[in-house]
Amino acid sequence: MSTSDVIKSNSDAGKDTLIGYFPLGYPSLEESIEAAVAMVEEGVDVLELGVPYSDPVMDGLVIQEATQLALEKGFRLRQTFDAVKAVSSRVDAPVLVMTYWNPVSQYGVAKFADDLKASGGAGLITPDLIPDEAKDWLAESDRTGLDRVFLVAPTSSPERVKRAAELSRGFVYAVSTMGITGAREEVDSLARGVVSSVREQAPQQNAAVGIGISSGEQAAEVNAYADGAIVGSAFVKAYQRGGIDALRQQVRDIVSGLNRTGK
Amino acid sequence: MSNLREQVGPYFGEFGGRFVPESLIAALDELDATYQAAKADPSFAFELSELHRTYTGRPSIITEAKRFASLAGDVRIFLKREDLNHTGSHKINNVLGQALLAKRMGKTRIIAETGAGQHGVASATAAALFGLECVVYMGQVDTERQALNVARMKLLGATVVPVTTGSRTLKDAINEALRDWVTNVETTHYLLGTVAGPHPFPTMVRDFHSVIGNEAKRQLQDEFGITPTVVAACVGGGSNAIGIFHAFLDDENVRLVGFEAAGDGMDTPRHAATLNFGKPGVLHGAKSYMLQDEDGQTIESHSISAGLDYPGVGPEHAWLKDLGRAEYRGISDAEAMDALRLLSQTEGIIPAIETAHALAGALKLGKELPAGSSILINLSGRGDKDMETAARYFGLIGDSK
Repeated sequence: MSTSDVIKSNSDAGKDTLIGYFPLGYPSLEESIEAAVAMVEEGVDVLELGVPYSDPVMDGLVIQEATQLALEKGFRLRQTFDAVKAVSSRVDAPVLVMTYWNPVSQYGVAKFADDLKASGGAGLITPDLIPDEAKDWLAESDRTGLDRVFLVAPTSSPERVKRAAELSRGFVYAVSTMGITGAREEVDSLARGVVSSVREQAPQQNAAVGIGISSGEQAAEVNAYADGAIVGSAFVKAYQRGGIDALRQQVRDIVSGLNRTGK
Repeated sequence: MSNLREQVGPYFGEFGGRFVPESLIAALDELDATYQAAKADPSFAFELSELHRTYTGRPSIITEAKRFASLAGDVRIFLKREDLNHTGSHKINNVLGQALLAKRMGKTRIIAETGAGQHGVASATAAALFGLECVVYMGQVDTERQALNVARMKLLGATVVPVTTGSRTLKDAINEALRDWVTNVETTHYLLGTVAGPHPFPTMVRDFHSVIGNEAKRQLQDEFGITPTVVAACVGGGSNAIGIFHAFLDDENVRLVGFEAAGDGMDTPRHAATLNFGKPGVLHGAKSYMLQDEDGQTIESHSISAGLDYPGVGPEHAWLKDLGRAEYRGISDAEAMDALRLLSQTEGIIPAIETAHALAGALKLGKELPAGSSILINLSGRGDKDMETAARYFGLIGDSK
């Protein structure tokens, strides 16, 4: 199923959706593949695999440290496709890749799209590429049919929300708060406003909320008004604490807070 | 090639733009709108020029460096003395402009990145002057090699945050400032210190520094009756260079030469010569040349000068390079330090190590130019902050270190 179909079918059935992030190459390529597979086995509906990048301005310390370690240990961009292929051959969940823009532009946008498609990837989440600068990516994602997830923020104007949401495929990433990635005590009330703006401006589009979500309670709260909750740093932290076992437990803890039966 | 001066962004040819998280777009739009309104408001220009007259000490003077020039062949060398500005470098030109804009936007807090500390000191100074809270991000490596400037910023009331991620230099200080800005954008203005970053920064920062070239052009005419053969400046991010180049962009007979930091040398991998060895890519919110590997990961730069130790460069310089309007060459640490000593001992002016790259470049250029040529150099900063590095380099205070 496509990303959009997974989210829509959950939503039609009244079920909550969990989107889970894990950085590639952390702490090794093999281990990150195992981590991603484990996350789906424990209930993550859509995967978001992060490409380590030298200058991740949207990331907090937890993800920065993980991706910096991956780079120090020699992560290479082309391994993204190996990992996506390995993961997507073992699980049914759509596999999105989250990447800052420069690695894609250096690899070549068309070639990146082709190689991602060929490896079974679903598409890209691009935290530092706004639709205004995305001419090449819009064309290549249309050509290949890949998902493209743009971000909308609490400060985005209605016009910008409309444009980003309409141009997104799969879902639009509603940034819950003004800030970078990392667990927070409470999910900002701003998140509701962002999602309702998406509902108004682009009613057909799925809106998933990310940044700051680390518990089942928060994920459930978000799913009450959005089409999915995105969790990242909490999974990386769990892995740091106790490897894949702790990661599995963290996914289970979050899933246990969600409505998975549709009733 | 005419009307190069009229480029106002967001793009300079294929360079520039806004490659930033959506969370920052509203703030960039607000800044752009505020800046456009200020540009159209004569009271803003008046307020800024009065500040420059009564606080910065503008116009800065031109000094003809006769003894220094005698080392560079048969040329005349003129120094635009930005080192005499309050706070000791050109950085104050941009800082006062942006601080006035921050006030217009009702922001109560400014953040800044700094490499050598010059921009951090200027920002802390403006914050003190206008009663704003100020946080300066500075790579940990730089806080060590520019300890004196850290003390100055603290004395001025700013908080200095040493950045310990990545290469722990200017590049990472910018990352950290951007993260702060994403989080605190409602109350905070990011007072970016160079002509890089997302639109409108490259254009706006250039405009605030264009006073350097505008003054120098007039002063050379009025006081010496000449148009310079070459205008020279050091280039890290590129703010002092674009500041002095801009007035001359459409004067086809004036050569523009920027000098990048070649670190250990142009034949080594340890340099910061972005325009010489970099490739177009996206860093810190704009497309420009940058030092990167084939995966698009930023490569760490190397220079004895903290202010030039940056793997990116402003998009307008990338455009001027590709157009062939400006040339960019490399100057090694050793060449720069030689020039620093030479200017000190021939003119009694101790330049910043950054600036010494332009001086070293002028010594080389002078020998290539026809007799009677003239070189205008942006003397962008003074060397007080570099005394510890220089003392150690030249072995001036024993061998205790």
